[in-house]
Amino acid sequence: MNDLFAGFVEAAHLVLTLDNDLVEISLRSLQVSVIAVFIASLIGLPLGALLAVARFRYRRTVIALLNSLMGLPPVVVGLVVYLLLSRAGPFGVLDLLFTPTAMIIAQVIIVTPIIASFSHQALRDLWYLYHDLLISIHTSKAQRMKALLWDGRRALLTATLTGFGRAIGEVGAIMIVGGNIDHLTRVLTTAIALEVGKGQFSLALGLGIVLITIAVVINLAVHSLSKTERGGVW
Amino acid sequence: MVSSILPLTLINVSVRKGAKVILGPVDWELSSSGCTIVLGPNGAGKTTLLRLMHGLQKPSKGEIAWQADFKTVSARQSFIFQTPVVMRRTVLENLIYPLLVRRIPKKDAEREAAEWLEAVGLEDFKQKAAVTLSGGEKQKLAMARALIIKPEVLFLDEPSTNLDGASTVSIEALVKKAIADGTRIVMATHDIGQARRLASEVVFLLHGKIHEISAGGVFFDAPRTNEAQSFLRGDILL
Repeated sequence: MNDLFAGFVEAAHLVLTLDNDLVEISLRSLQVSVIAVFIASLIGLPLGALLAVARFRYRRTVIALLNSLMGLPPVVVGLVVYLLLSRAGPFGVLDLLFTPTAMIIAQVIIVTPIIASFSHQALRDLWYLYHDLLISIHTSKAQRMKALLWDGRRALLTATLTGFGRAIGEVGAIMIVGGNIDHLTRVLTTAIALEVGKGQFSLALGLGIVLITIAVVINLAVHSLSKTERGGVW
Repeated sequence: MVSSILPLTLINVSVRKGAKVILGPVDWELSSSGCTIVLGPNGAGKTTLLRLMHGLQKPSKGEIAWQADFKTVSARQSFIFQTPVVMRRTVLENLIYPLLVRRIPKKDAEREAAEWLEAVGLEDFKQKAAVTLSGGEKQKLAMARALIIKPEVLFLDEPSTNLDGASTVSIEALVKKAIADGTRIVMATHDIGQARRLASEVVFLLHGKIHEISAGGVFFDAPRTNEAQSFLRGDILL
């Protein structure tokens, strides 16, 4: 109980004094996760739309695969990316290991299936509504995907935010490929893991509270921005 | 004037769902002008016949032959569904969508849309979300969206079944205007009064088969088959 209280005090102290290290690792957390989610959305949203409108032979298999990839263990993803990017690995020459770029790559792999799968589920229902009309109007497959992505944007926002939540709270993969190097690849989650290891529970808890607050604020901000657009119906 | 996509010929067409034949075999030629009413009780195969002609449904057997290639034919027909399908956009965006799909510039499309909004009486709702419209308004929007591409053939699948009297009147007025503009109409209904008001030709469908094809007046005054006679009397056909 004492530790919890000390954690809140520590969090308040860190935030109120705008602790330099805190600001730095928070911004890096945001930078890595936002870029990763952006890239994952570029892949995942069209993939979700394609799986909703296209009928091909192994579609069910792809969807089942995607759903199971949602549960990819981050540690394993980290390990595979580590091996690919390490000096001896196939992409070793790029010299990316222990950089924010490596962390972004790992997070894209973790988040893309989540965004693709959730957007597929949302767009599948919308496609059920639109199916007859869009075929009747004689739209091309690309036009159908575009209509679904645009008209389903509310639901896709939720899919993207789910991906963001997963990314910003993720620790296993970025610890391995980032290395938790101070002033270079340290982010909120890896810093928490480090402080726990050192027995600094109140500082760890303080960082944790900051992390949760950032996630909540981002979600609230995105939702309020999108809802003010047009009435609450869609 | 470009050459017509009509007449449409159906040759020995049938549709099966599993082991059950839900339509056919049907042999029929859809002539170039007029308003054909496909009449029959629920489950007679009216919807299937319309969807088949429009290309929403593939025949299990037989051939559907238009007078032009697939692309031309698909571009020159529209379909009105029993339950109007509106997209999650504003009324105006719904209306111009078929034009945008045809790569018509947005400005021109919106100019065209303004006339149609007035014609169906939705000009005050143009920035409203289409899903918030009432059933009758949605169907009027669907009519405008179907007609905005100036189709040569318009299929209507019981367009006013779920509507009240006033909305039915405005839908029928739009259909009549389309007929006057030379649009070929094929409309399914089980409403005998509506059929009487609009038909220049009646196709009486029962158990998936065409029982009788007559000119509108002839069908209602002197139906040839017993089934058509009892249907017109209001008997329930099983």
